[in-house]
Order: sequence, then C-alpha cells, then structure tokens
Amino acid sequence: MNTHPQVLDGTGAEISGLSAPAIGTPRTRVEGRDKVSGKARYAGDIPIERLAHGAVVTATIASGRITAIDPSATLASPGVIGVIDHRNAPRVDPEAGSPFFGPDGQLQLLQDDQIAHGGWPVALVVAETHEQARAGAERLRVSYVEQPHDIAFSPGHPAARPALSAFGPDANKGDLDAELAASAVVVDESYTTPAQHACAMEPHVATAWLEGAVLRGIDSNQAPYGIAAQLATLFGKPLSDVRVQVEQVGGGFGSKTGLGPQLILATMATMLFHRPVRVALTREEVFLATSARPRTDQRVRLGADRDGRLRAIGHEAAFEISGKSEFIENCVEIAKTLYAADAIRTRLNVVPLNILPVASVRAPGTAPGSFALESAMDELAERLDMDPLDLRRRNEPEVGPVSGLPFTSRNFQLCLSEGARQFGWAGRDHRPRRRREGHLLIGTGMAGTSFFTTAFPSSATITAEQDGTFTVAIAAIDIGTGARTALHAIAADALRVGWDRIRLRIGDSAIGPAWQAGGSLGTTSWGWAIVAAARDLLEQLESGPALPVSVTSDTTEEIMSRPHRERHSYSAVFAEVAVDPATGEVRVRRLVGRFAVGRVVNPLMVRSQLTGGMIMGLSIALQEEVVRDEVSGRQVNADFAGYHFAANADVPFIDADFVEDHEPDDPLGMKGPGEIGTVAVAAAIANAVWHATGKRHRELPIRLDRVIED
Amino acid sequence: MTNDARSEISLHINGTTHRLTVDNRRTLLDALREDTRHIGSKKGCDFGQCGACTVLVNGRRVVSCLTLAVAAEGAEVITVEGLAVNDELRPVQEAFVRLDGLQCGFCTSGQLCSAVGVLAEHAAGWPSAVTPDLSPDQPHRPLDADEVRERMSGNLCRCGAYPSIVRAVLEAAECEEVNR
Ligand code: FES
Ligand code: FES
Repeated sequence: MNTHPQVLDGTGAEISGLSAPAIGTPRTRVEGRDKVSGKARYAGDIPIERLAHGAVVTATIASGRITAIDPSATLASPGVIGVIDHRNAPRVDPEAGSPFFGPDGQLQLLQDDQIAHGGWPVALVVAETHEQARAGAERLRVSYVEQPHDIAFSPGHPAARPALSAFGPDANKGDLDAELAASAVVVDESYTTPAQHACAMEPHVATAWLEGAVLRGIDSNQAPYGIAAQLATLFGKPLSDVRVQVEQVGGGFGSKTGLGPQLILATMATMLFHRPVRVALTREEVFLATSARPRTDQRVRLGADRDGRLRAIGHEAAFEISGKSEFIENCVEIAKTLYAADAIRTRLNVVPLNILPVASVRAPGTAPGSFALESAMDELAERLDMDPLDLRRRNEPEVGPVSGLPFTSRNFQLCLSEGARQFGWAGRDHRPRRRREGHLLIGTGMAGTSFFTTAFPSSATITAEQDGTFTVAIAAIDIGTGARTALHAIAADALRVGWDRIRLRIGDSAIGPAWQAGGSLGTTSWGWAIVAAARDLLEQLESGPALPVSVTSDTTEEIMSRPHRERHSYSAVFAEVAVDPATGEVRVRRLVGRFAVGRVVNPLMVRSQLTGGMIMGLSIALQEEVVRDEVSGRQVNADFAGYHFAANADVPFIDADFVEDHEPDDPLGMKGPGEIGTVAVAAAIANAVWHATGKRHRELPIRLDRVIED
Repeated sequence: MTNDARSEISLHINGTTHRLTVDNRRTLLDALREDTRHIGSKKGCDFGQCGACTVLVNGRRVVSCLTLAVAAEGAEVITVEGLAVNDELRPVQEAFVRLDGLQCGFCTSGQLCSAVGVLAEHAAGWPSAVTPDLSPDQPHRPLDADEVRERMSGNLCRCGAYPSIVRAVLEAAECEEVNR
C-alpha cells in the first residue's frame, strides 16, 4: 500500500517537505491512491482457495413457524454442496450477545423453527459458484404455519414497557407539571420518525474457514475484536481460536458493529462442509436481515417565561424493538443536557413487534431525538415571537442541568454564533411564508445539538524496530472515517518521529482488545491507546535497550479513573430551503454546520465526515423511510429504488467546519466527529420548511405528499 | 437452456484479452471480479440501482451488474484498474484523492468510471436533464456544478462525498479543457 499521503495547505494545494506535527495537518488518505485505482481490498475481494458460496433463504412470513423444508430440488441443482437449516445447523450458545444489551436472539440463527419477523434467515444453500448457490436457494421449498403478526407501532401499545437503563436513568428534575402550569408559553407536541437503514454501500459479506482449531474470518465489520469475541462465545470457542480480519470496509454507519448473519452463516457452513465459505448478503437481505433504526414517537413539552427562559422540558419517547434483541434508541438523551430548565423529565419506552431487530444507525437516539426537541424549540420560539437563535442563547446551563456535574468543554454558543454569522442569519424575518421567488417559497431554519462523548478501553502494541521504524498495531478499523490516516498521524506525533517511520497495522482481532468504529469514539479510543503505548515505549528506549522492543498499553484504568463530568460535542446547523407548493418538492439550497468536536486530527477528513453526516441528515429529513406491508409484515421497499437517500443532485455545496474546541480529559483533546454531523440537520430543515410554508412537519420524512398544496 | 449452460467468450479488459468459460447467467460484474480478478468494480446492489459497478464498455458507462458477460464479448471494457496510464493517475483520480472525493471508497470505482464517461459525454456535446438550451448548434459550454450533480446522480455515495466529488470532476474537466 502506498502510505505517503499528500500534505495540503489551507487552499487544498500540496505542500512538500513539511516537518510540522502530524496532528492538525490536512492530509490525504493513506489508502487514497489504492481506493482510486481499484487496488484497495474489501472483505469480498480477497481470494481464497477452494472457496464455496452461500446463499441465504429468508422467511416470507412475519410470524409463525416452519413446518417443513424440502431440499430435494436444491440438492439436485448443479453445483450445490449442501443446505443448512435449523435441523442440521451447529448449536450455538444462547447467552451470546453484547456487553450493553445482554443475550441477543438475533445471533441464534437456524436454531429452531420459529419465525419472529419477515426476512429472518431460515436456510443457507452452499454451492460451488454464487450463481449455483442462488439458483439452489430459489428451489428450496419451505412451508410455514403463519400466526398473526404485529407490526403496528404506537406509544400506547399494550406491550409497551420501559427501555433498558444501561445508558442512564430517566431524568426527574423538579416538578414538570408545576413548571408547565407556571409557564407563560407552552408547547406540547408529538413527533414521529420512521424506521431507517444504514445502507452502507458495501453489503455485509464474510468468508470463514478453519485452520486447524482456529476459526478464521474475513468480515466486513466495524469491530474486529468485538466481533471475534462474540463469535467465540457463540460457537463455544476460546477467543484465542478465533481470528477476524478485514482490510477495507465499505461503510458501516452502525450496521456492522455487531456480529452479522453473514459471518455466523459462513462459520456454520465451513464447520459442516469443511470448505472456506463466503456469504455475501444481497442488498435485499441487508435490508431484511441485518438491522435498522427503529420508528419513534416522541412527545415533547416545553414551558417558558415570556422572555424565553425555559422552565420545563419534558421528553417522553417510545421506540419499536424486535422480540429478539434489546436496544436503546436514546432519543431523550440531549433533553438532559442541552438546555437549562427548572424541571426536566424524560421517559423512554420500547414496543416489541414482529420486526427486524433494531440497532445502531448513525447517531442512534440523537438523530430522531434532536428532530423532536429542536422542532419543539422552534415552535416555542414561534409562540414567543422570538428569534429561535436567541431562544437557544438564553438557556445555556452552567452545569449539567440534570446531573449537576461540570461540563468539560462546552462550545455550543460558539457553534451557534459562528454558524449564524457564516449563514447570514441576522436580520431574518422570523414570520413564516414571507419570502417567494416566483412560484417557490423560501425559508430558513436552524437547530443545535450535543453528542455524548467519552473514550473506551483499548490496547495498542508498539514495537521499536532495529531499522528505526515503529510498528504500531491496534485492532482498529477504518470504515471510511479516515481512522487509518489519523492513527498514523497520532503515532508519529506520540513517538516524535516523521510520518515515514510509522508502520500501522489495524483490522485484525488477534492484535488485542480494542473499541469499535462506533459511538464516534473509534479514533479517540484507539488514539489514546497509541499515546499510552508510545509514552511507555519512549521511556523504555531511554536506557538504550537492544531492539526490537515492544510495549502493549491498556487504557482501561486511565479511562475509568477520569472524574465524572458532562462530556459532549456540540453543533449548530442552518438550512435554507426552496419549496414548490405545486409539487411538494423541498430542495435544500444551503446547509451550514459549525461543530465543536474536540481537537481535529485531520481537518480534510473531519470536514468530509461532517459533510457526509449532514448529507445523511438531509436524507433523513426528506427521503428515508422503511415502508412495511401490513398484510405480509415485510418491508416492501427493500432496495434503492424504493428506499431513497440523497443522490448527488439532491445535495448542495455544504459548509461544514469546526470551532476551536478541546476535551481536557483526553490526552489528545479529542471528542469525535463521526455522528454529530447527522444530528441537528432534520430539525433545521423541518424548521426551514415551516418558515417557507407556514406548515409544521412533525412527521419524517417531509415527503412530497405531505408538503403539496391545493 | 439448462440452468448450467456455459459459453466460451473473450473479454477485452483494459487492453488485455481474457478467454473464459462462463455460466451464461454470469454478469459482467462477476466475470470481472471473480473470473479475471478486477476487484475494483464493486457490487453495491446487483440491481442497477447504485452505480458501484459502473465500467466503460466501448467508451460508454454501463452498470456491469445488469450486463451479462456473454453480451460484452468483443467489446472494449475499461474498469477503474484501467483508468491510470502507466501507473500515473488520471487527473480525475488525482483530484478525488486530493479533494477527498471518497471516504469508505466503495462507490469510488463506479464514481470514477462514471466521471470519465461524463467528461467524454459532455465533450461530445451530449446534453443532460439540466442543460438549459437543447437547441442544436449551441456553443460548447463548460461543465458546471449542476451539470456534474445531475450527470453523476446514477452513482450513490452513502458516505456523502458528493460535494468533493463534484469539485473533483469540475477540476478534471478544466484540466481536460486546457489539454484540448
Ligand atoms: S451493483 Fe450495479 S448498480 Fe449497484
Ligand atoms: S465513499 Fe463510501 S459510499 Fe461513497
């Protein structure tokens, strides 16, 4: 791999011969040249001898059980090696799951005849070529008895119950009812958001094989170490006998943080058929059989004095969940920390249904949650006849409004003022439906948000080699975030050497425990482990030992001993839209985002990530929506023709930039820019659509049929 | 036709001829990826809906997942691996790297093949849906951002690299104008 990225100046032109610190310097991607010349290898690109291919068969009913599977036509089909279903699949450990949410029924593939959602994998057909596997899968005859399914989500559903509390308790500050009663102006509205998919461009794919006792896997994922650990538990193997690797990952956005069906099924197939087996999910299977962001229904109550001071924030949300897996779509999180108020009350419920398991999709919780809270803030500003920017300026807390803990660094106001300045917010006529260009209605809107940040324990091993180079190994992964390039820079600075003396190894579970590319905390957590190892190594090198010398760090203690404080990233997003009332089309003309995301390792890539995050927010506002058929219970728009997200022509130039920010309790001052870009955008656009048309959109997406006027 | 009918074909890929026996159901995409190890072309949907598999066939962009390998016999196929000349990146590839027109990189091969197609189509005077004046004998207008957005909209990018992709294609277009 070519590891000599170009160093760029402020205008994007290349600078040569620079010896400044690597952190803070814009640099092109380490693997950029490989990616533009087709050489970068993703999980499905790596050749394996004697490879067989698996094709998945998914349930056509949404609830019930399998009564019979007739494989005869499949087994007679050319090239078919075998069929795996619940009768012959290896047994797996029912306790396997995640540290946050406990045992995960979604991992229990092919263990019984029960069907709890449409698209559940019921068999794998393994054949010599992928066409033969697919043809064999089409011939598999599966019979079911169907039971009535329930996919009707509502917060008042009889099965609704409180969500797990692993991400903190409900807020119960002050007396919400009393403060609402004492408020001069009250907003009490409900907001709904649909199920959405991550839609990483690379469908989930895995290859598994056995090398003696060792189970090897190449898998498209966001967490090589975590997934190897899950796989080991699931199949009852010691972790030392499981190794998961990957070089490049074609996006994840949360959908590849857990052990996916592709790797479980490939493992079962290699155990049964003693061949390396690749399972590449089709795009439809990614929609039907991986995971999604849940539907939410959120009631927000705000009460304020005439001057805009908040007395009350109530945020009560429900989200759907499958019967198989727990998850916390923490929509109410930012209500606990973003604004000061005398009373703050949050509730979070789940409604179990016959749906695909729900899991992380970029900015879980905060993406739908900020749509509700920041739309409600706009409604409050409207009822107060006040600039929505001023409303947000007036309610800045000094300490965590619920926790009472100090903030480490809180640059929300700076994001608001910088964003407003760049956008040209001053002088806006706050009344709706005032600006027209021909037949188009023009409006502007804004929203702000925060995003929880921390760091998770990881380990890194650095070896000082005899030739003067340093090998830096960490079970990190770059899913498009730029982590590889950022970690390279962090290592160079931590070891106080030039770029060329670092050799970075990532993407291999065997390196050791490390956090995932998730929670916007991959590079932050891995960077800390590299800094810790570099510090110890440099100390050891002082005595002039014989080389090579290796040091392995473990940041668990350092991270756990940090003081309890409120740690968040912040953003402010400003949008201008043009609405055609005759067609209902909303075009986003401008998007400006200002972000406080801690210290920025590589400005080029962080800008890209924030921009990409904002584009996903634009899609969430206007396009994305899982549509399920009430009769069959299945998702009907399980492809890119039916499930829309932004194409190039939907996206204007976007101004995404960061303000000066620094996390004092992180050795690099980092927070993490991965998800916050997505968060406030839907509310900013919805508020702009109100400003253009006078109509509130409390239901996403803001579809043509919801906008069109007679 | 039985379900396992095969054909012997020749594929001309990036200037090299490959003789293959393929399952008649084999798509050009799978023939590239599996039979001739051109892994740069990606399968994002296998359905003609994402553009990740875009290659140039006789100079025109096609989605190789909707093209049967047998139908590409005799045609000149250019994949992302064939865009660089003597290991030297084309201006559009170089601009993608420098302007960060990629994140995960999974859509990138398709974007690049598409971009090369767009530049050629525009140079040949082909209009797009946003070209303001379609009357014949219009003077050649340089590409602008709206034209690039429209013409590149068959290539989805979930990472949201679009703004940098537009900049990179515009820069490459300028480069080609100068060279012309
Ligand atoms: S893979 Fe061909 S268009 Fe998506
Ligand atoms: S760079 Fe990831 S999909 Fe385009």
